[in-house]
Amino acid sequence: MKELAFPFDNRYILRNRKKIRKELLADNSTRIKKKVAVLGGSTTNDIVFCLELFLLNNGIEPEFYQSDYNMFWEDAVFGNEELDSFSPDIIFIHTTCRNISGFSDSLINDESVINERINDEFNKFKTMWTSLYSKFSCPIIQNNFELPLYRYLGNADFSNINGYSYYINKLNMLFGEYARNNNGFYINDINYLASCIGLEKWHNAQAWCMYKYALSTDIIPEFANNLSNIIKSIYGKNKKVIALDLDNTLWGGVIGDDGQEGIEIGKESAVAQSFTEFQCFVKNFKNTGILLTVCSKNEEENALLGLNHPESVLKPDDFVSIKANWNSKDINIINTADELSLLPESFVFIDDNPAECEIVSSQIPDAAVIGFEDITEAMYKLSRSGYFEVTSISEDDLKRNEMYFANAQRNKQKASFENYSDYLLSLEMNAEISTFRPVYLKRITQLINKSNQFNLTTRRYTIEEIEAISDSDEYIAIYGKLEDKFGDNGVVSVIIGKINGCELNIDLWLMSCRVLKRDMELAMLDSLVKYAADKKITSLNGIYIPTQKNKMVMNFYPDVLGFEFVSESDDGTTQWRLDIENYINKNTVINIKESECVL
Amino acid sequence: MDRNMIIEKLTEVFRDVFDDESIVINENTTSSDIEEWDSIEHINLIGAVEDEFSLTFKMKEVSGMKNVGEMIDIICERGKI
Repeated sequence: MKELAFPFDNRYILRNRKKIRKELLADNSTRIKKKVAVLGGSTTNDIVFCLELFLLNNGIEPEFYQSDYNMFWEDAVFGNEELDSFSPDIIFIHTTCRNISGFSDSLINDESVINERINDEFNKFKTMWTSLYSKFSCPIIQNNFELPLYRYLGNADFSNINGYSYYINKLNMLFGEYARNNNGFYINDINYLASCIGLEKWHNAQAWCMYKYALSTDIIPEFANNLSNIIKSIYGKNKKVIALDLDNTLWGGVIGDDGQEGIEIGKESAVAQSFTEFQCFVKNFKNTGILLTVCSKNEEENALLGLNHPESVLKPDDFVSIKANWNSKDINIINTADELSLLPESFVFIDDNPAECEIVSSQIPDAAVIGFEDITEAMYKLSRSGYFEVTSISEDDLKRNEMYFANAQRNKQKASFENYSDYLLSLEMNAEISTFRPVYLKRITQLINKSNQFNLTTRRYTIEEIEAISDSDEYIAIYGKLEDKFGDNGVVSVIIGKINGCELNIDLWLMSCRVLKRDMELAMLDSLVKYAADKKITSLNGIYIPTQKNKMVMNFYPDVLGFEFVSESDDGTTQWRLDIENYINKNTVINIKESECVL
Repeated sequence: MDRNMIIEKLTEVFRDVFDDESIVINENTTSSDIEEWDSIEHINLIGAVEDEFSLTFKMKEVSGMKNVGEMIDIICERGKI
């Protein structure tokens, strides 16, 4: 929804929040349901209301629990029946500098006294996190601390051991360290957000004294958006691709008119510098696993000329696709998405031309569009939007661009074979298929939460749930890794089966679309059957739950794997069954690394 | 400033905040006349009125206003349209 895309109008959202909520709920989109417990050290009602809007807008339908006013600590440590029975999927702890208890009330000269207070304060929080985690094993999001508006020590507040800033900065470092070392624990960085908005606007004494809001109610949408970015990222709702215009977006000027010498990029002029900064910024996203593509109205030859400018930070090889032609840009994005086996909605399109922005946002409403007058504006919007909020970086993220590059080479090779299985054999594929191993759990969880198309049930699991399944005897849970002569695709397929006597119910079967049509699914079935047979299982039960995005696997069980039909319900969910007592392996093109399978 | 004009603008604010196009207010309207006007919505309503008329209510005023008429008194005194 446009009204909720950054930069948004806080006041408009607050005033029209009921109408916005109604519109979001009436838009017929499918959303995952999540139970969010909000444990507050100050009032949270309006935060919850706005958070709901931003989550709905990101494909998540939340249900909330709110602790009684300032009862966050008690709820977390001593428990609360209502919270227990609510059984949250995610917990948010809303504390602020108003909740700090150890600020000194008299000047102390002994640094060790202050440090002890800071450690006590930290341990108080740690007790709470550990207690919540042991009870609910779910993701926890914790605010860090913003700076207070008032400081009686002036500038010395930062360096003097009695200073608020001193105390808060130290405490924030401890919070950050804890987040680095604990999976499933995330910091909502209100220290940055408050600085960005400005402490003068962030704090509002009236809101605190009258309503016990620890931040000005005017900026609650900003706060809720920041928080919702973390939640939607945890549930795999990030964007995946940046599609970039070229002229006046990656450099100043028009390459077709000005030529390679004429465009502004590099350090020669202020304008050139601003585009260089933007290119560096975009390249950082690429390094975290975001794909870059070009979407420009240009002759391809000229596009390459521009990107090969000696001062251009981004080179042609940094892009997984270059569309420089005269097609409409929405068509180009749809085609690129198709080539990369991604959905058009996973794109963020950046263009200085408002008309191009308009056509893309009207034709692909779920794609994000960043328009701008000055390139620094695009940078700020990209930074604050949260489209690529990082909650985990897996090995795969770091290698993703390489993998797509290898895919392009495979496509070239494919064109030289008449027979498809000859092509598959020529790829010299090796797969490692095994029950879950700790080193891959992060990637497995990430894949589970973002795969939409080749996903039979679209069930989502948190890292904690995956850890539990991995340790349990009641499940057969396997992953598959695929490499070939062009490169390693990493973990690309996951199956979770629940053992029910001599049957296995397949709760989850998914595969990354980048390895479609490689017979990896057959190799996965072969291995699943082998693990199942070891557990004396005689048949597999498959289920397909339709969503708007997984039509591609509607007939996966019968057509590809040869399962028999069992039943179909009104909502289109179908059940399938395969007898495996006389199973014969189906994969003939992928070499399975047996040594890795034995665990 | 014209009280009728203020009522007209206030009505728009009330209709947006409570998402109810049928709301009609007058000088004597109080929170008990509008079902959804509870202490939580009150905070949001006050914020929206402040934005609409570019003013900030004092703490005493927020807790002291008895009806819409008293709100209009304050807007007349310090608000801008």
